[in-house]
Amino acid sequence: MEKFTKLTGVAAPMPLVNIDTDMIIPKQFLKTIKRSGLGANLFDEMRFNLDGTEIDSFVLNQPAYRKAEIIIAGDNFGCGSSREHAPWALLDFGIRSVIATSFADIFYNNCFKNGILPIVMPQDVVDTLMEDSRRGENARITVDLENQTVTTSDGQSFPFEVDAFKKHCLMNGLDDISLTMEKATNIDSYEAKAATLRPWV
Amino acid sequence: MNARTLYDKIWDDHVVDQAEDGTCLLYIDRHLVHEVTSPQAFEGLRMTGRRVRAPEKTIAVPDHNVPTTLDRANAKTMTEDSRIQVEALDMNAREFGLHYYPVSDVRQGIVHIVGPEQGWTLPGMTVVCGDSHTATHGAFGSLAHGIGTSEVEHVLATQTLIQRKAKNFKVEITGSLMPGVTAKDITMAVIGETGTAGGTGYVIEYCGQAIRELSMEGRMTVCNMAIEGGARAGLIAPDEKTFAYCMGRPHAPKGAAWEAALAYWKTLFTDEGAHFDKVITIRGEDIAPLVTWGTSPEDVLPITATVPAASDFKGGKVEAAQRSLDYMGLTPGMKLTDIKIDTVFIGSCTNGRIEDLRAAAAVLKGKKIKDGMRAMVVPGSGLVRAQAEEEGLAQIFLDAGFEWRLAGCSMCLAMNPDQLAPGERCAATSNRNFEGRQGRGGRTHLLSPAMAAAAAITGHLTDIRTLMTETV
Ligand code: SF4
Repeated sequence: MEKFTKLTGVAAPMPLVNIDTDMIIPKQFLKTIKRSGLGANLFDEMRFNLDGTEIDSFVLNQPAYRKAEIIIAGDNFGCGSSREHAPWALLDFGIRSVIATSFADIFYNNCFKNGILPIVMPQDVVDTLMEDSRRGENARITVDLENQTVTTSDGQSFPFEVDAFKKHCLMNGLDDISLTMEKATNIDSYEAKAATLRPWV
Repeated sequence: MNARTLYDKIWDDHVVDQAEDGTCLLYIDRHLVHEVTSPQAFEGLRMTGRRVRAPEKTIAVPDHNVPTTLDRANAKTMTEDSRIQVEALDMNAREFGLHYYPVSDVRQGIVHIVGPEQGWTLPGMTVVCGDSHTATHGAFGSLAHGIGTSEVEHVLATQTLIQRKAKNFKVEITGSLMPGVTAKDITMAVIGETGTAGGTGYVIEYCGQAIRELSMEGRMTVCNMAIEGGARAGLIAPDEKTFAYCMGRPHAPKGAAWEAALAYWKTLFTDEGAHFDKVITIRGEDIAPLVTWGTSPEDVLPITATVPAASDFKGGKVEAAQRSLDYMGLTPGMKLTDIKIDTVFIGSCTNGRIEDLRAAAAVLKGKKIKDGMRAMVVPGSGLVRAQAEEEGLAQIFLDAGFEWRLAGCSMCLAMNPDQLAPGERCAATSNRNFEGRQGRGGRTHLLSPAMAAAAAITGHLTDIRTLMTETV
């Protein structure tokens, strides 16, 4: 997994609540057996007309935001299905951080497994960042995971919370499975104990 | 010992390891796998030379992509990429030695219907699947939730999941439901009350008389949509109905093992005085038959209501509501019962069980669907289908003008050929009304099976209670 430490980039404003995983990557693109290549269809139905031409009004089609690396969004971002295709599509497009007032649980977790940092901020901070991001390319927002701050283009800085373990894994690009494998003896002994307590499982 | 909730108890019994910061390694008793969210996980195992730690606890079934038309044995009915995914599951299930129900097996069906049906899901277990509607299994008093593909790989390799404990949320439904009101209306009423983010960070325990009075099928419907309320999982404490449902299932314990299991299951309830971080109470009598008008499951209204205006909402929801109204092609102030329907879909892991088919068939008996209506019933599993045929329900559907399909997810998410055309309006018993969920530009109204059947007959959204008074 790619490490995440600090990022300064263009942020795209998406002031909608409940941006769901079907919007992020519609199901017709889930029929892949790979993780890569999904960026081309990120937000497909909002981004493209039926004939494949771009919908000009959609934020990521506007010149200032074509290379956005951050998304600022409304409440409950990533609700809906558990599809990890959603973070894969964001990452493949180049999005490394999403800032919103709240996230759906599974999506939030999935981000961390893919080098994306989801940040929960209170409404007034999201409003400030949203305003800043509306200024387009000139307004570059900085996300600093180590110091847990988000800084606007004019230097206003806001702290955010992140789980220490998740932060550690993201900053070092660590793979959960290898970490858990180190605890194999704990799993063995749990299984031995469970086999006597609940043998029917 | 402190008073604990049902969630606390199941959690405590599955902690393998706890780090200082509270991050836990949780043991997983059952891992369900389907074709869409697993190929990259198996590929990951292959690339790292890892094996499946507990294949005997891993159950695979294809459901999302498979065609549900009667000619599906013919591989040509599947698109190339769907076929590749189903074949990948086939290969992975065999290579890694998983329990497997291929498309040709009568037991095949939607993973969340197959699990309970085969006795894989039992009280007190931890159950995961790379699918958000894993919440369904919570109806048995098992801690069940959806995971992403990286986590699927993690569970395959280690039979554990890295988790932090969620908070406890009690949802009590008091009293009894009124005629025409079903489990689907309960679960939609809760989402209408809490919003789609109201459950975020919580595990919900549903309790109260109205929940106790539900069958196991109804309880599965309620827990199924816990995820639409944002909760990590939904739970219902097991009782005699649960035990009766589990008894004799192929993978349920037998004999002495059954007795031992039963003794344990009877300890699975929330202790008197246990702490909940959040509580809501809804009177069962106050719940009306509900439908959704918008493109979020929280957009629920009683069928007697009218379409809202964007200005009825606050904050970010104003823009979202306007977008929903435009997408759904609705005018504020119009009666919900004046909304014309083109297609009716009865099925999905929310409402594709035998009791759902019975409820719909009871409304349809001796009736015909509206001219020009497209209507289909997609049973949740091959066994549900077989039982419905035996009970004569299939014939009622066919006589009414419904298509009678084979088992799968079908038009719930339209990954197979069953899709809405742009602008087509569907009354669906499934769980999501997102933009494009049932096909690009398709418009979805969520409702109960009986309400779906009623709409099929009249051609518009209909208050089931008006049909009931007609028949009395
Ligand atoms: S029926 Fe629908 S919600 Fe259920 S598992 Fe299938 S696609 Fe998901």
